[in-house]
Amino acid sequence: MASARNWLLADSPSSRLQANLGRTYRISAALLRNPLTVIGAIIILVLVVTALFAPWIAPYSATGQNLSNRLLPPGAEHWMGTDELGRDIFSRVIYGSQITLTIVLLVAVIAAPLGLLIGAVSGYFGGWVDRLLMGVTDIFLSLPKLILALAFVAALGPGINNAIIAIAITTWPAYARIARAETLTFRNSEFISALQLQGASAARVIVRHILPLCTSSMIIRVTLDMAGIILTAAGLGFLGLGAQPPLPEWGAMISRGRAFILDQWWVATMPGIAIIVVSLGFCFLGDGLRDVLDPKQGDKY
Amino acid sequence: MSLDTRIGPEPTLSPPSGSGSRRLKRAVSAVFWFCLTLALTFLGLLAITFFIGRIIPIDPVLAVVGDRASAQTYEAARVAMGLDRPLPVQFLSYVGDILTGNFGTSVSTGRPVLSDLGRVFPATLEMATLGIIIGVALGVPMGVIAASRQGSFVDQGIRVLGLLGYSVPAFWLGLVGLALFYAHLRWVGGPGRLDIFYDGLVPYVTGIMLIDSLLAGDFDVFRNAIWHLVLPASVLGFFSLAYIARMTRSFMLDQLSQEFVTTARVKGVPERVVIWRHAFYPIRIQLITVIALSYAGLLEGSVMIETVFSWPGIGNYLTSALLNADMNAVLGATLVIGAVFILINKISDVLYRVLDPRAR
Amino acid sequence: MSAPLLELENLRVSFPTAHGRVEVVKGISFTLGRERLGIVGESGSGKSMTGRSILKLIRSPGKVTADRMTFDGVDLLGQSERQMRAIRGARISMVMQDPKFSLNPVMTVGDQIAEALRFHARLSKGERKARVLSMLEAVRIDDPERVSRLYPHEVSGGMGQRIMIAMMLIPEPDLLIADEPTSALDVSVQSQVLDIIDDLIRTKGMGLIFISHDLNLVSRYCDRILVMNSGRVVEECAASELADASHPYTRGLLAAMPRLDETREELPVLDRASWGGT
Repeated sequence: MASARNWLLADSPSSRLQANLGRTYRISAALLRNPLTVIGAIIILVLVVTALFAPWIAPYSATGQNLSNRLLPPGAEHWMGTDELGRDIFSRVIYGSQITLTIVLLVAVIAAPLGLLIGAVSGYFGGWVDRLLMGVTDIFLSLPKLILALAFVAALGPGINNAIIAIAITTWPAYARIARAETLTFRNSEFISALQLQGASAARVIVRHILPLCTSSMIIRVTLDMAGIILTAAGLGFLGLGAQPPLPEWGAMISRGRAFILDQWWVATMPGIAIIVVSLGFCFLGDGLRDVLDPKQGDKY
Repeated sequence: MSLDTRIGPEPTLSPPSGSGSRRLKRAVSAVFWFCLTLALTFLGLLAITFFIGRIIPIDPVLAVVGDRASAQTYEAARVAMGLDRPLPVQFLSYVGDILTGNFGTSVSTGRPVLSDLGRVFPATLEMATLGIIIGVALGVPMGVIAASRQGSFVDQGIRVLGLLGYSVPAFWLGLVGLALFYAHLRWVGGPGRLDIFYDGLVPYVTGIMLIDSLLAGDFDVFRNAIWHLVLPASVLGFFSLAYIARMTRSFMLDQLSQEFVTTARVKGVPERVVIWRHAFYPIRIQLITVIALSYAGLLEGSVMIETVFSWPGIGNYLTSALLNADMNAVLGATLVIGAVFILINKISDVLYRVLDPRAR
Repeated sequence: MSAPLLELENLRVSFPTAHGRVEVVKGISFTLGRERLGIVGESGSGKSMTGRSILKLIRSPGKVTADRMTFDGVDLLGQSERQMRAIRGARISMVMQDPKFSLNPVMTVGDQIAEALRFHARLSKGERKARVLSMLEAVRIDDPERVSRLYPHEVSGGMGQRIMIAMMLIPEPDLLIADEPTSALDVSVQSQVLDIIDDLIRTKGMGLIFISHDLNLVSRYCDRILVMNSGRVVEECAASELADASHPYTRGLLAAMPRLDETREELPVLDRASWGGT
């Protein structure tokens, strides 16, 4: 056991495999040392499992109404109580995880590659391409995200797909900035020049060599952004601009519970707690990842 | 080794202060560039709202005349809205409209959007200002304490509190606050700026209730206004507190690892003085920037909070316009919030460069 | 030699790493009177950590242990943080490496020097100012009135270090630790700064611990020399007898020193195998 550990922690690994495994071991050991990071990782894991197996976990249907069971307080039968249509809130929260996870994943899948590509192109070519792309990026960056998303949804029309598009439109600029900064640090390095001398096309250099090098800082940033994306999506849902009823989206559920907040507090409170737990999970994980992978960055992001 | 060899001051001692005219020229060019980037950013903002208002809707004319209109009415409306002209011309006339204060008319209130915005803005300003005061008064000391006890329980607690600021939905916190502090504990007033029977008792002067009630000498209204303001402002304050505490902590950690802090300790300076005078004092300019950004962020946060608290500010105006599909009002509010946001951003940028003795 | 000022026995400093706790100082012992002691070693040999642990400036998670660490009869390890503050500056003080980083950038030179007095002596504002000016004069600064109003970024490195010395000597401590006081400075001002330290130490009869990687400087300004390597003292001798040092590490260091009158093509590299060093 001890010798395996020494092999992993060797200062001068003798093979690429040993170096990679050693790096993985060191990173995961550092991540595991921070209890908040572990909590964050567990929360995200639970979220994913819940979303995947929602039909088996949820005790009731997410949409099945039962008007004789309206607004029951939390108890053994209904852990989080029931809403104004007699639906089990716990089951709705469970199914809601699917919507949250979908939104978060789709925004990440749209915004991160878009930002990455724009930033890498901007940094790689420089000159007027850079000035134009970064000018647009900066204008988006200097605007309040939520307001911009609201305005876009207002024009596109309410709905979960439009909400995802609107959030993605407001998220990519930050990624473009990061990718550009990363690209600039190695644009003039030897290995890029070597590739260019070999006749590699710009597209090939960017896609095969520059983008992979940007991924670690991108992963950190996306993880840290997840909480903000969840909050924006929930906010749109709360205002009735995101997921439409009867979808059990957490923000929309809070919005419905608003009418009963003074007497039946659980209707609005329970989905809110789900939002907080999941957002905190992403924050903890992102914080831990940044501390380990990019210690210089500190708290400044 | 002779005692008498005095080493005179080196030539670098007094940096050449530069002739007055050159400094003036540099200042003028700095102001010019500041105005230019500001103007370009505003133009970008206008381009975005133009894009949202005129291009994304599949048919803006249909939105106005309705789908039962005859072809003639439709065509007339299209020409009246200027949509038959090429896009760049449309954009220029849009920019011209905005510059002359013509934001269009709100469908739901029937008044010009600009005058609507002027009427609701003071309410938002009042709430955001109290919010930032709460955020600074609590956030800065918390950040300093967390940094000076790095890794302790206090630090972890403040760190989690800071992360909660990124994880708690503002509208949810407002609702729960209302349920707890208004409905159950009766510590604060409910939604709105005043109880109904105080409404309209003081004349509108600044639009800021705390000031107007004092001007009118009506302390009952003043008390009632505070009673209503304190919860929404505290909820907003929580979010700025979280951000400010987090940034303060990070700046302080940076400073506390500097050599000159060790120097102060070597001198036997008490830890309290080390922390506040040596570590905190140098970061106060960075903090001003953070506070300004946080203040701008509260404008954004006020959208949700105002909706929850039925607070008649710009956020509430924006969301009710959204629900009524009142596009002129939506874009007008977006434009104003965006412009204030940009302005605060840029000013804090300049402030940092002007105030830091090392950057001068 | 008078009664010992500082006694260290089996001093150990350790820091936690991924491999467990690593000792950077591995049990060193020495005594110091009102004399000038040089500690030499390469970077990472633990010499700076030794200096800082005397002032108890090793912050957690670093850990300092010793069988005995007394200063003028006071057990330093047993002192509370508050008691240490009365010792720091007033009785033991330290000149640090680079004035660019060790002076507070947003406080005037005069304020920083005066601050060293403020918590150790009850003086009026006027008296403090007079002391600051005369101290600046003692470190051979010509126009103390004007210099005291400057900010650190407005003075040169050499002057910055003289300001540092003034700041550290103004409360008249009994022991000065100089941690690489000249390695950030231009060679041309190094000896000026060291001459000032030497001069003030002698006239005030203080003890000096001069920490450096430069054997030449140490042998010139010190009475006694400790040679440190990877956390241990490998050689202890009078400065005058350095040439007769016996330990292979010291011999290696001596051999690697360039001389003005030499004809060697290449300077020898330390042969670390000969004493089992790192």
